[in-house]
Amino acid sequence: MKGGARKLGAADRRLLPEGRLAGPMPWVIAIMMFLTVLAAAAGLGLAGAARSLGADIGNRATVQVVEANPDRREAEARAAVALLERQPGVERVRRVGADEMAKLLEPWVGTGGIEGDVPVPAMIDVDLTPEAYARLDALGAAVAEVAPSARVDDNGQWLAPLGRLMNALKWLSAGLVVLMIGATAATVVLAARAALDTHRSTIEVLHLMGATDVQVARLFQRRIALDALFGGAVGLAGAALVLFLIGSRVAALGSDLIGSARLPASSWALLVALPMFGVVLAMLVARGAILRALGRML
Amino acid sequence: MVYAPGAAMPLSRGAPERWRRVLGTGGSIVQFDNVGLRYGTGAETLSDLSFSLREGGFYFLTGPSGAGKTSLLRLLYLAQRPSRGLIRLFGEDIVTMPRRRLPGFRRRIGVVFQDFRLVPHLSAYDNVALPLRVAGVEERDLAGPVGEMLSWVGLGHRASARPATLSGGEQQRVAIARAVIARPELLVADEPTGNVDPEMAKRLLHLFDSLNNLGTTVVVATHDLHLISSIGRADMLRLDRGELLDPTGALRHPPRRAEA
Repeated sequence: MKGGARKLGAADRRLLPEGRLAGPMPWVIAIMMFLTVLAAAAGLGLAGAARSLGADIGNRATVQVVEANPDRREAEARAAVALLERQPGVERVRRVGADEMAKLLEPWVGTGGIEGDVPVPAMIDVDLTPEAYARLDALGAAVAEVAPSARVDDNGQWLAPLGRLMNALKWLSAGLVVLMIGATAATVVLAARAALDTHRSTIEVLHLMGATDVQVARLFQRRIALDALFGGAVGLAGAALVLFLIGSRVAALGSDLIGSARLPASSWALLVALPMFGVVLAMLVARGAILRALGRML
Repeated sequence: MVYAPGAAMPLSRGAPERWRRVLGTGGSIVQFDNVGLRYGTGAETLSDLSFSLREGGFYFLTGPSGAGKTSLLRLLYLAQRPSRGLIRLFGEDIVTMPRRRLPGFRRRIGVVFQDFRLVPHLSAYDNVALPLRVAGVEERDLAGPVGEMLSWVGLGHRASARPATLSGGEQQRVAIARAVIARPELLVADEPTGNVDPEMAKRLLHLFDSLNNLGTTVVVATHDLHLISSIGRADMLRLDRGELLDPTGALRHPPRRAEA
């Protein structure tokens, strides 16, 4: 069968009637690709946000010195900072300044609200190595010895549920992408079988003239690849428009957390590659389906 | 260009020498041994066919409607495998031959279908060019032979016409041109002159005759007694209710049991 199974020329392509894009397949692929790109973008965005969250807040603790007496509070805060700076695995110690505290509390107590008698805890941000973060309880005990009114807040602890949710959504998006790809492949198989049925008499004539299965399959896979390319391009364009609109809304929110889901260039490259992958997948699936169907003929 | 009846047909390519090397001069190109064909669970359409066709022979296949002529031709042009028996084609057993090897054998056979089977969305030119394209002939080498062949069957001026715009006779001529364009070693034609006028029938028969003279083995299924009588050297196979009658006694070869 190998002998004579050459590549197709322009004239051979006319063996199947033209009328590409007349059927529903390109549009079905466009819808599938639209949804696939959106699901993939959501997954990539969530993965980026989770990474950003981990980088910003993971391995970080906050020491609060909750002492009503301002002098003792200041003394304990200084002692805590001095101790923390000496501890192994502590990468950075930063005392939150008074101005910053005022700004943080401004939405609740208003401008100038903390001046005077309002006892505002002293706050110290501590960045730790993962090893030191794992021994956070021991660090808290050491701090308590020099600053009895201090307590150590594990930032990761209250962010853990959010991180788990983002991870779950990320994997849900990945699952949706896989399902969409599976559905697209199934659509291609159905379209290939329908095309075979439609052109059965032409295929029989080609076979009886000595056309090989590979020659016949090439006719169909080329046609299906063009349909998939069109559908993929339309789907990608639609999804890109939606993502652009969502991005502009997110930017308007001004939220650091939601803004961290913004897609970097590498993610966009991956999204653009999806239609290309779709074309290759459609070609391979169509080829396999057609060769299997032709194999059942004599 | 329109060819006059009797003009040399445009078949200058081919490789009869190669065929002879494969088959041996005077060898049988087709051999049936106790071949039976049954569709589904019904009665046998063809029963115990045993005959051989010699290389370069001209054969008419006759018989009443429903006798199994088309079924026999389908076995010959590899559209069907028999239910039982042995068929050797071009010296090889095609009953047990792997499916992947069949295309190479099919390219050596030209077929004129009773219902023409032209590809409806292709022009007459592209239909005739089909076997050459399947065989891998380059586009630049197609125009000459295809144009000449179309002219030879009187359709040079209809090269761009699609089958739906051709008359039945014109479609039949395109089908015949398509069957012979690749200079097959075996030509199988099912009622090839059923839709053409007597003058065109004569011309088409001359085409088959010329092809036969160049070495092609020709098998023509027909009811046309006039056609049969016009080729004096032709042998005749007659089928009746799926069984082969051999009016001339020249076709039947000794069964294998007798050889042993």
